[in-house]
Amino acid sequence: MKRIITSLICIFAFSSGVQANAKSDNLIKPPGFADAIETLALANTGNSELSQPKIESEKNNSQSTLISSIKSLDELAGQLITADYVTKKEIIRNIATLKDSRALPFIESILQGELFYIKKSDQLVYRQLLDNKKYLAVSALNGSELGEFKKRKLKKIGINNNLRGEMKTIIATLKITSTDPILREHAALEILKGANENTLTLIDLAISKETDSSINEILMTAQAIIHLKSVDPLKRIDAIKSLEDSLYVESRNALMLFINENKLNNSETSKEEITYAQETVNGIDKLVTLNNVAENIYFGVSLGSVLLLAAIGLAITFGVMGVINMAHGEMIMLGAYTTFVIQQLMPNHAGLSLIVAIPAAFLVSGLMGVLIERTVIRHLYGRPLETLLATFGISLVLQQAVRSIFGPLNQDVLTPSWMAGTFTVNAGLELTFNRLYIIIFSLLVLATLAVVLKKTLFGLQMRAVTMNRPMASSMGIRTGWVDALTFGLGSGIAGIAGVALSQLTNVGPNLGQAYIIDSFMVVVFGGVGNLWGTLVGAMSLGIANKVFEPMAGAVLAKIIVLVAIILFIQKRPRGLFALKGRAVED
Amino acid sequence: MSLAIPKHLENAPILYLDGVSVSFDGFKALNNLSLCIEPGEMRAIIGPNGAGKTTMMDVITGKTRPDTGTVLFNHKELNELDLTQYDEAEVANLGVGRKFQKPSVIETLTVFENLELAQKGGRGVWQALMHTLTNEKKQKIQNTLELIALQDKAQDLAANLSHGQKQWLEIGMLISQEPELLLIDEPAAGMTDEETMKTAELFKTLAKNHSLVVVEHDMDFIAALDCKVTVLNEGSVLAEGSLASVQKNQQVIDVYLGR
Amino acid sequence: MSTLHNTSENPKALKLGPIGTLLMGDKGGQRLIMALIAVAIIFPFCNLVFSEGSFLHVSTYTLTLTGKYLCYALLALSVDLIWGYCGILSLGHGAFFALGGYAMGMYLMRQIGDRGVYGNAELPDFMVFLDWKELPWYWFGFDQFWFASIMVLVVPGILAFVFGWLAFRSRVTGVYLSIITQALTYALMLAFFRNDMGFGGNNGLTDFKDILGFDLQSNTTRCALFIASALAVILGYLISRFITTSKLGRVLVSIRDAEMRTRFLGYKVEYYKLFVFVVSAMMAGVAGALYVPQVGIINPGEFTPIYSIEIIIWVAIGGRGTLFGAVIGAIAVNYAKTYFTGAFAELWLFMLGGLFVMATLYLPKGIVGFIEDAKQGNGTSNRFYLLFKNTPFSKWFSKQSSKGSV
Ligand SMILES: Nc1ncnc2c1ncn2[C@@H]1O[C@H](COP(=O)(O)OP(=O)(O)O)[C@@H](O)[C@H]1O
Ligand SMILES: [Mg+2]
Repeated sequence: MKRIITSLICIFAFSSGVQANAKSDNLIKPPGFADAIETLALANTGNSELSQPKIESEKNNSQSTLISSIKSLDELAGQLITADYVTKKEIIRNIATLKDSRALPFIESILQGELFYIKKSDQLVYRQLLDNKKYLAVSALNGSELGEFKKRKLKKIGINNNLRGEMKTIIATLKITSTDPILREHAALEILKGANENTLTLIDLAISKETDSSINEILMTAQAIIHLKSVDPLKRIDAIKSLEDSLYVESRNALMLFINENKLNNSETSKEEITYAQETVNGIDKLVTLNNVAENIYFGVSLGSVLLLAAIGLAITFGVMGVINMAHGEMIMLGAYTTFVIQQLMPNHAGLSLIVAIPAAFLVSGLMGVLIERTVIRHLYGRPLETLLATFGISLVLQQAVRSIFGPLNQDVLTPSWMAGTFTVNAGLELTFNRLYIIIFSLLVLATLAVVLKKTLFGLQMRAVTMNRPMASSMGIRTGWVDALTFGLGSGIAGIAGVALSQLTNVGPNLGQAYIIDSFMVVVFGGVGNLWGTLVGAMSLGIANKVFEPMAGAVLAKIIVLVAIILFIQKRPRGLFALKGRAVED
Repeated sequence: MSLAIPKHLENAPILYLDGVSVSFDGFKALNNLSLCIEPGEMRAIIGPNGAGKTTMMDVITGKTRPDTGTVLFNHKELNELDLTQYDEAEVANLGVGRKFQKPSVIETLTVFENLELAQKGGRGVWQALMHTLTNEKKQKIQNTLELIALQDKAQDLAANLSHGQKQWLEIGMLISQEPELLLIDEPAAGMTDEETMKTAELFKTLAKNHSLVVVEHDMDFIAALDCKVTVLNEGSVLAEGSLASVQKNQQVIDVYLGR
Repeated sequence: MSTLHNTSENPKALKLGPIGTLLMGDKGGQRLIMALIAVAIIFPFCNLVFSEGSFLHVSTYTLTLTGKYLCYALLALSVDLIWGYCGILSLGHGAFFALGGYAMGMYLMRQIGDRGVYGNAELPDFMVFLDWKELPWYWFGFDQFWFASIMVLVVPGILAFVFGWLAFRSRVTGVYLSIITQALTYALMLAFFRNDMGFGGNNGLTDFKDILGFDLQSNTTRCALFIASALAVILGYLISRFITTSKLGRVLVSIRDAEMRTRFLGYKVEYYKLFVFVVSAMMAGVAGALYVPQVGIINPGEFTPIYSIEIIIWVAIGGRGTLFGAVIGAIAVNYAKTYFTGAFAELWLFMLGGLFVMATLYLPKGIVGFIEDAKQGNGTSNRFYLLFKNTPFSKWFSKQSSKGSV
């Protein structure tokens, strides 16, 4: 709010003084393409006091005075062929001022390096590669075909970096009047990037017409950046003020430039200004740090929820049953492939298929889990190391099975549109929706599981069996089936994790491998047999990973976290939330 | 911590538990337990299941660290030592031997090898690697085998012994360790009456040059031991004295014997 | 369980000399060592003496391949020493193997000298490529063979010591230990993939030219390496046998089967574990060091956790806790791997996976145990017992119930 007000003051001060005419004009006309041309025209006549000296210097060594009298695109364009870079810039600016609908695509084609001229006839053309390796030349001005040419008969209209920057700004200004707010926002950001004295007029103009407050904010930032160079100290102060808390990189850069340049002047006023500017920069830095922290935590929590999803199933099979299932990762993979298959079955409903995939993946992985328990694990209770080896074998078989059926390459799983957007907190902080959904989803899964374990008959039987098997079985509980279903439940949840992961990573035969070690780390760190431990473990690992990442890089961060866990487990061999008691020791 | 015992060691108790408490997740398995065993004494400990008898042994042998309290052991040469500062292996090497409630012998080794492992000395890694069995050591093992009546089974795997034989083997291993103090948890469980009585006899022989603490439920066995009895309940001492006197104690009858 | 002998019990021991004493009663071991000696003589002989077309010729390819298997056999021995006898299931022995390999690789790398692509006498190619100006400190000394050889033992040894000291002292056991050894391997793999670690990143160390001045490509060098590998397996076997037949070996078994009990007998379990763990890591390091010059490359892929788990299956298939079973398992499984990945690439992972399941379910004592049981004809062969478990037939096959060996 404060920022907007200061910007408004700034604009007011500015427009009332210098360019009242432009403003009145815009109030009447509806926004449209022609407006932009007008805007540019204003910008280019160079009647801004700020841009005066620079323009002067350019004029001295160019033919710009000559050009300005010429009014048609065809004529202006023709001059491009022989002009030097400085002149080209003038010409392009002038083209932009023409009320000609061909101007925008024409300038864009220069920027893309798609504009050529025929060496012999000096005609401006676009070219198309033909089958016979020759090029078809199409007139850039009227679209008529001018015949086939060999490659070297056509020459590109060259540009340099300076010109490229200028053209980007020009194109942006042409687009800023578009009716599509997204295009306008892009244009505004482009203008912000290339903000200079020449664009000031059009920025003012655009601000006065802009209805979208977020776009307006960008434009006002650009305006303030330019005003920093104003000769009027008041304007400069206002500009600094309006840059307070501005999170665009350009704002901070401009302020730093301002500080560095003015340090050479020793006048009283500039000293004050410098301190003020410095304070503003500090403020921005603080905000940026805050943003970074917030972002890292968000990333950390979202990684944590992925780990949580991957590890919840393990918390059941490993934590509750004491079965170490190395094929757990493959249960996740099966879930992800189930998602893929369901999407193939209903190709036009990316969103719905994702919802359908949740129970489907639960069933597929869950049934696979029951199958594994009944055929293999059942025979290995009480022999954890052998269970580890057998389930590892199963994981190899499942990986190869998937590879044989679906091929070794990653499969494309679509992301429904409602998962794609971002949530903008401020200019420096955008949170993607898909991560948000995963966070919520993982917590939902955890909560559901907690309820199932605590409140249902199955949960009760399951706990009874794991606590005291002979007692449970003498009370008529069919312990064999409880084991199988418990294992199925853990595997099914892994399948659900696979649905979520299909939205984040590549779905391939090795998907599970990537998560198995992390999942075990979560369970080992959080402690066995406690869902809270899993939650805390997952979140701590996720956040720790993301906090180290900016400092050390992703790989090193991962190594640090792994080593930290290895050290941690020395101190607390049974994890954060360890069960105590004899049952664990035997 | 005030030391009630004199610094002089000749007549000091061999084991002195002072105010030992242990709790598991808030449950007090031992509650301010104090106990004093004289050198050369044999002591029987009884009490209902869950009284904390095994936990007490865990604390003495370094398996469980007490929350509060000290466990003083009067070592032959090193004098008073607080056993809570040592781990299981160190406590064992200081001269405290322990027999578990569940017989635990090394099933994949032969009876002979079990005794060889238990034999005093050579606990270091290097010593174990370079170990050779001298005739003297072999003779000692032979003697122990005879004592526990397993000389015919010397080359059998311990896994193939009967329950009672395993108990005896474990006692044999305990003797081979040559400890000063023996802690024995429910030795008679799973033995025939005859075996039980033989065990009692064995302990009485042992008591001549060792100190013994024996936990047992079998009242006939306790009676056969003919020694001072301590009754443990809810983690502390309920009564102490001759078997006859504790059997008359109304509290003891209420919590234990009467049930 | 192979019966363990009290060496001094037998008066014959004195006549047999130290090696004979070690192998007394170990029929499998005796045969294995005979076979290894024979192979170490015959293979190089047939390779060098008979010409290519000859029926008796052993190709250099076969020789190198078998040499590779011998390195694996040594690696399997090292795993059997800790898993079979002490119950430590390390899922990280691939890392010790790789570290030994890297130590040797660094020596071979320095031997290249200025014959590399960039012709830098001091820096290996990848360092020149990364624009490094000088050799990192940890590369110093590796131009000396003796130094590299010591490092082959010391580096895995130190890692095992530090890791083992931390883990065993705080009594991390069973699957927990397995999982953190796996995490360790994984962390090392990630680390070695990094370019700035200074070990060649992704590509690892390769393009070796010669060893001790002998051309690595020449047949004689290859034969020498082959013989060295066979000798290393024999030596490894004897050392393992020395350890496992000593009283220390019985302490290890006792730790494996009743860790708590062993502590109460007065043994410092952590020291014993640490000792075998370090010895085992060093053996794995030697295996890696012999492996690298024969295959000509070492890269971070060797740290991949799955390779470490594969070692376990060699031992499990061969027969855990028998030593020579590990050697047989390593050679058999790897021979099968070479054959099947060549013939039916798709099938191999199915087979390997199947092996894991079958071995744990039906062959808990491995090939060696199965053959022994069959020979003794005691009818408790686990395979049949388990196949018919829970059926009326089970009593036909089991006079005594089978016991889990973990
Ligand atoms: N490690 C442990 N964790 C949790 N509770 C324990 C542990 N050890 C013993 N307890 C509890 O302490 C109490 C005393 O046990 P114990 O000493 O074994 O009794 P006793 O041997 O007299 O039958 C019991 O209620 C037991 O459940
Ligand atoms: Mg008890």
